[in-house]
Amino acid sequence: MASKELNSTDYIEHHLTNLTYGKCPDGTWSFAEVHGKSQVAGTEASCNISEMGFWAFQVDTLFMSVLLGMGMIFFMRRVAKNASSSKPGRIQNAVEYLVTLVRDQVQDNFTADKNPLMGPLALTIFVWVFLMNLMDLIPIDLVPWIANGFTAPNADGGAIHYFKVLPVADINAPMGMALGVLILIHYYSIKNKGLGGFLAELTFQPYGKWMAPINVIFEIPGFYAKQLALGLRLYGNLFAGEMIFILIALFFGGFFSSITGVLAGVAGLALNFIWAVFHILVVILQAFLFMVLTLVYLQQAHEHH
Amino acid sequence: MNFNATLFGQLLAFVFFVWFTMQYVWPYILEALEEREKEISDGLEAASRGKRELDEANQRKAEILEEAKKEAADLVNQANARASQLVEDAKATAHEEAERIKVSAQSDLEQAAKRTKEELRSEVAALAVAGAEKILGSEIDKDRNAQIIDQIAEEL
Repeated sequence: MASKELNSTDYIEHHLTNLTYGKCPDGTWSFAEVHGKSQVAGTEASCNISEMGFWAFQVDTLFMSVLLGMGMIFFMRRVAKNASSSKPGRIQNAVEYLVTLVRDQVQDNFTADKNPLMGPLALTIFVWVFLMNLMDLIPIDLVPWIANGFTAPNADGGAIHYFKVLPVADINAPMGMALGVLILIHYYSIKNKGLGGFLAELTFQPYGKWMAPINVIFEIPGFYAKQLALGLRLYGNLFAGEMIFILIALFFGGFFSSITGVLAGVAGLALNFIWAVFHILVVILQAFLFMVLTLVYLQQAHEHH
Repeated sequence: MNFNATLFGQLLAFVFFVWFTMQYVWPYILEALEEREKEISDGLEAASRGKRELDEANQRKAEILEEAKKEAADLVNQANARASQLVEDAKATAHEEAERIKVSAQSDLEQAAKRTKEELRSEVAALAVAGAEKILGSEIDKDRNAQIIDQIAEEL
């Protein structure tokens, strides 16, 4: 209690640390070490996260996103297998509503020749990102608490000391998807315009071919910025949302210690509720934006200027 | 915010999910959806066609009804005219018949009266002769007096 400031910092830092499994400089693979102990009880950690460098996996991010994605495709597959045109059930109706929404978006934004990839791509992005974003609405201490064997997330006796339930608050998840979109953009640009046409678009616009160097300075950053921004936007929004939830959670710290602690806790509850309601909007909006922007960028990759 | 191999893990997962959706989810749902959309639009079209046909049938029905009503009215009028004609005819026939019966009855009556008169006359003549015989106390020679008797009978 003496160092309440430190406690808060620890708490925030704890919530911002991924469960990481990676290759240490000495060549061994292990979970990361944080504050002198391994992230997972009973394992030896030989280095901390920053020492791992590139060869590290955020286990919680991958686990949550793959789990949600698996849930998504199994659910969708079940609906698709039993889909009937004459007697749709409630679940089929819901999924069909989603598919119709995505299809309309594809038809509105994607005016190029029909590309059979666009619908499934858009649907996957929308549903998957939506589900991942939705993890933000789970009380932030709940999953770490479960992961640590139903004890306080940092307690020594537990199992997994670090577990971030929100995959999109880890830069790797949204950027991994944005990377996929970036690859698709390059693939379709080159496929539809030819390598020459694609490069010409980046060098001969907007001022004609005699101003090529200036055009490149304008076009290349713009071209890549929008694709980076696709992932960064999602990351930024959800990370910020998560951060606010963490800060609000600090209100509950002194709930059992004093009357001001109780008052702060009540205020925290109200704030948490308000922010969660507002966040429902963000969750859907960001998923939708990611989908629509993907379609728009891929449409541009199909278009001849 | 540290980039690491998670990025590619995520990318792989992304590719897999998109592939799966494209292969096993999207086409099936879209097929059901489009089939239903077609069924609905067909149904709507059929419904509007049925409605149009119903309207036409209703119109035809009204026309036929109107025609039938007119025909029936004509028939009734004709029948009425015919009936009154028949009544008139029957009246005239009856009248004639009555006249004829009256006439024949009259002539029968006259004949009967005449015959009665004849009978009465001859009877009276016989009576008169008998009376005269009694008065005269002697037989009248019928042959001789036949002329007289006939004369008397004629006068009666």
